[in-house]
Amino acid sequence: MSLEAVPAALPMVRLEGVSKTYRRGTVAVPVLEAVDLSIATGAFEAFMGPSGSGKSTLLNLISGLDRPSTGIVEVAGRNLAELDDRELSDWRAAHVGFIFQLYNLIPVLTAAENVELPLLLTPLSRAERRRHVAAALDLVGLSHRVSHRPPQMSGGEQQRVAIARAIVTDPDLIIADEPTGDLDRKAAEAVLDLFGVLHQELHKTLVMVTHDPHAAERAGRVHHLEKGVLQ
Amino acid sequence: MVPLFYNARSLWARRLSTGLTVVGLGLVVFVFSAVLMLANGIESALASGGDASNAVILRKGATGELVSGVERDAVRILTTDPAVASGPDGAPLVSGELVVLVTLPRGGTQEMNTTARGISAGSFTARPEVRLVSGRKPRSGTNEVALGSALVGSSPDATLGGELHFAQQRWPVVGVFEARGGAFESELWADATRLGAAFGRDGFSSALVRLRSPVAVADFVKRVEADPRFTLEAKPEPEYWADQASGLATFIRVLGLFVSFVFSVGAVLGAMITMYAQVATRIAELGMLRAVGFRRRSVLASVVAESAMLGAAGGVLGALGALATRWIHIRTLNFQTFAEVSFGFTPTPGIVVGALLFGTLMGLLGGLLPALRAARLSILDALRA
Ligand SMILES: Nc1ncnc2c1ncn2[C@@H]1O[C@H](COP(=O)(O)OP(=O)(O)OP(=O)(O)O)[C@@H](O)[C@H]1O
Ligand SMILES: [Mg+2]
Repeated sequence: MSLEAVPAALPMVRLEGVSKTYRRGTVAVPVLEAVDLSIATGAFEAFMGPSGSGKSTLLNLISGLDRPSTGIVEVAGRNLAELDDRELSDWRAAHVGFIFQLYNLIPVLTAAENVELPLLLTPLSRAERRRHVAAALDLVGLSHRVSHRPPQMSGGEQQRVAIARAIVTDPDLIIADEPTGDLDRKAAEAVLDLFGVLHQELHKTLVMVTHDPHAAERAGRVHHLEKGVLQ
Repeated sequence: MVPLFYNARSLWARRLSTGLTVVGLGLVVFVFSAVLMLANGIESALASGGDASNAVILRKGATGELVSGVERDAVRILTTDPAVASGPDGAPLVSGELVVLVTLPRGGTQEMNTTARGISAGSFTARPEVRLVSGRKPRSGTNEVALGSALVGSSPDATLGGELHFAQQRWPVVGVFEARGGAFESELWADATRLGAAFGRDGFSSALVRLRSPVAVADFVKRVEADPRFTLEAKPEPEYWADQASGLATFIRVLGLFVSFVFSVGAVLGAMITMYAQVATRIAELGMLRAVGFRRRSVLASVVAESAMLGAAGGVLGALGALATRWIHIRTLNFQTFAEVSFGFTPTPGIVVGALLFGTLMGLLGGLLPALRAARLSILDALRA
C-alpha cells in the first residue's frame, strides 16, 4: 500500500504505547499491551485475531468510544485524551462513521431516516440533509428502498443502509467491526465491494475487524492481534 | 435532537404496553378533570343565583336562610329605606321569604329533601333571572306552587298540573320556572304566608331587598348592620349564593385533588415501568445513537420526551372522557342548605389545559429515572447488548 504522493502526510491514526486493562472485580484483565500503530490517511486496513484477542477493544479506542489505560491515541492529528466526554461525542459525530456487525439500525425508522440520523448533528438544512441521504443510499444501491424499514430488508441490505449511514456525514475515518460477520457469502461480497468503492473512489480511510480471510484480502494491510499484542 | 417521530413510532411499536399505560394515566386525568368540572358545575348551579341590585337580609351570624329568622316588623322597617326600589305598582321591593325543607317522594320508597321558598309579592319582580317557562305564578293566599325546572319529574307529581303533598296539605303545581341554571331551579316556590301556616312558622327566614341600583348595595349593607332596631345583616345576593356553593365545591375539589394525587403516584409508576422497558429493549439503539455522536443529554431529552408523549396521550384521553360527562346530571344533597341541588359537570378551557398539563407532567416524572439510566449507559455495554 503506497503512501500517496505526499510522504510527509499525517497518518490518520497513530497509537503509541497503548494498553488497555479492564477491571473485573478486583482482578485486572489486560486486554491490549503496548500497541504501537500507524494507519495512513486513505488506507484500508484490517485486523484479525482469535476471539478475545482485543480487536474490538482496539477499534473502540481508535474510534473514540473508549479510552486507553496508558498511551496516546491520535486520530486526524488530534490527541483524543484532550477531549472530555461531550467533546468526544461531537468529535465522533464529525470524524467517524460506524459500521457494526449487527447493523444497529432503528427498526421503526425507514432506511432514509436511519441514514439521516448522524446528519441531525450537523447544521445542514432539511433539504441539504435530504440530498445527502439520497446520495448515500444511491451509492450503496438502495435508492429503491428509501422508505422501507429494516425488518422488511435482508441482512445484506440492512448492512448497506448502515454503510450509507456511516458515510453520509463524509467522515475522515470509517470503522467496521466484523461488518460481514452476519452475512452470507453473496451479501458479504456486496458489502466488501462497497468498501472497495469507499477506499478507491472516495479515498476514505477504512479500519475493519474481521474473522473472514476473504474480507481481509480486500484490505491493503492486515494486522494480527494475539492476546492483546500486535504481531 | 433525536427526532420525536422516533419516540412516537417506538411507542406505537409496543402499542399494548403503551396503550395500557395511557389508559392508566388517562383514568387519573379523568378523575382529576371530572372532579374539577363537578366542583365548577356545583358552583355555577348554586352560585349563579343572585342579582347585583339585590341584598339578602339574614339574622346576624346566620350561615344560610334555613337557620335564619327575620321578624315581620323588621321587614316593614326595611321598606322605609330610601335606596329601596319600587315595583311597577309603586310598592317597595322588599320581600319577606320563608325557607323550609319539604320531603317529597322520589318514587318507590325513597324520599328527597327539597327547598320550599315562601315568597311575597316582590319575589319574582326582584329576580329578573327567574322566568316562567310554563303555567303561571302562584297566587298569593293559595297553596299553589311553581316548580324550579330541575325539579320537574324528580318526584312523581312534580309536573305542571300535578299536585304535591307535604305538611298534610295539597299543593297544586301551576307553573314551572327557570333561573339561568341557578340554585332556584332546584326550589319550589309557594306563598310565604300559606307555607308559614302549614309549617307553624311566624315571620320569615330572610328578606330580599331590591335596591335602585347595584352601586347602592354597599351602603345599604352598612346601614342594615348599623341599625340598632334589629340584629340583622345584609349581603349582596350574588355573594350570598357564592357562599352557599363554596363549601360543597371546595370539599369536592379538595377530595378530588387528593384522590387524583394518590392515583397519580400509581400512574407515574406505570409510566416509569413502561419507560424502563422501552429503554431496556432499545439499549442497542441508544448505544448506536451515542456512538454516532448524540450527547448524553440528547438521549436523556429523547426518553423524557417520549414519556411526556405517553403522558400527553393520557391527558387527551382523560380530558375527552371528562368532557363526555357533560351529558350527565347529578342531584345531590347540599349539606350546607340540606336541600337537593341539581348540577352537571361544567368544563372550562382552564380545566382542559390543566388536564393535558397534568397528564404530561405525570409522563415527564415517570420518564425521569429511565431517561437517566439511558443517558448514563456505557456506550460499549449498550452496543454489546
Ligand atoms: N468492559 C469490559 N470489562 C471487562 N472485560 C472486557 C470488557 N470488554 C472486553 N473485555 C474483555 O477483553 C477481551 C477482549 O475483548 P474484545 O471484545 O476486544 O475481543 P475481540 O477480539 O473483539 O473478540 P471477538 O472476536 O469475540 O469479538 C475479552 O477477554 C473480553 O472479555
Ligand atoms: Mg469483537
